[in-house]
Amino acid sequence: MLLPKARGELSEALFDTLRSESEVEGLDLRPTDGDDAHIALWAMYELHYAGFEDVDDEREWNPEVLRLRRRLERDFEAELRARHTATTLDEPFAEGLFAYIAHHDGPSLAAHVQRKADREQVLELLRHRSIYHLKESDPVAWSVPRLPTAPKAALMELQYDEFGGGDPNRLHAHLFALGLEASGLRADPFAYIDDVPVEILELNNAMSLFGLHRRLRAASLGHLAAFEATSSLPSRRMAQGLARLELPQEMIAYYEEHVEADAVHEQLAVRTICGALVAAEPHLVDDVVFGAFTCLDLEDRYAQRMLDEWVAA
Amino acid sequence: MTPEHGFEHPDVIICPGGPLLLRGDHVVEDADGVAHETVRPVSAVCRCGKSADQPWCDGTHKVLAARDRP
Repeated sequence: MLLPKARGELSEALFDTLRSESEVEGLDLRPTDGDDAHIALWAMYELHYAGFEDVDDEREWNPEVLRLRRRLERDFEAELRARHTATTLDEPFAEGLFAYIAHHDGPSLAAHVQRKADREQVLELLRHRSIYHLKESDPVAWSVPRLPTAPKAALMELQYDEFGGGDPNRLHAHLFALGLEASGLRADPFAYIDDVPVEILELNNAMSLFGLHRRLRAASLGHLAAFEATSSLPSRRMAQGLARLELPQEMIAYYEEHVEADAVHEQLAVRTICGALVAAEPHLVDDVVFGAFTCLDLEDRYAQRMLDEWVAA
Repeated sequence: MTPEHGFEHPDVIICPGGPLLLRGDHVVEDADGVAHETVRPVSAVCRCGKSADQPWCDGTHKVLAARDRP
């Protein structure tokens, strides 16, 4: 895959210098806006995943690229923390975290898909979701070597299922790719990156930010817990909506798999993963909540944007 | 710090208000006598009776009133 389209002055300068064969330079610009900052950050993170055909692999660790990444990450993390209000969870921890997630109230894209969305809206949603679902569970995999024994084993128990239990045919990202192909959409990674709104870039960048910093390992696991704990019931609604619109069985099967898988994963993420982490490192509980909030809040922002756009259309 | 007798790693976990987690490969017979094989490292068996995906949990317990949860 090639670098995405620039969305402002900074991303244009970054992508130009990444593509060139000369020294990386000219990255001291301020981003034009959120789109500009987040497409730049997304592309720099992507260098750590699959990379780009038009960028030399050496540039993953180029100091100038890392300097810019760190500057944009600091701004992004400060913004995420400013949106969050620190909360003390009820005891015991697992019930407290489940209750915190359940009490968060936000707009539901899945309810819209279940009852009202038309085919075009659903295809647009699938294109947007493809940016994450085609590398589903990859960002939290960065957290594995940063964990103590009990949460490390617990996270791998969950990840083993996400990655198909050793069977590539059951790997969740692959199931989504099959669903995209059957729906007549492109299944190559980030084929639709130029079409996604900034909220999707923020969702993806938050997971990479949490995954790539050992300091933020608890936020990474808190994000996972909130993601899994808000997946089973919405996945059922998504599957029903896709069936109502007669989308292919492969795409429906992806969501049906998540009804059952995430009913397990939410228990693991909250109890055996986050629970074991805060038992081993109690001071990390605030960052678990911060990560959970960030997941819920960024999903709300994306849902609100799409519902507003679809109502206005 | 490692616990004195190793880490707890039970085969079955009862989740308060939620499902029963089963680690490993099992065959679960549902209320109609139909056998279902587990397919994942850990499976969640419905305890509230309201799952639409019996015998597996589908998260429905979370929308039940507290008195109706297992």
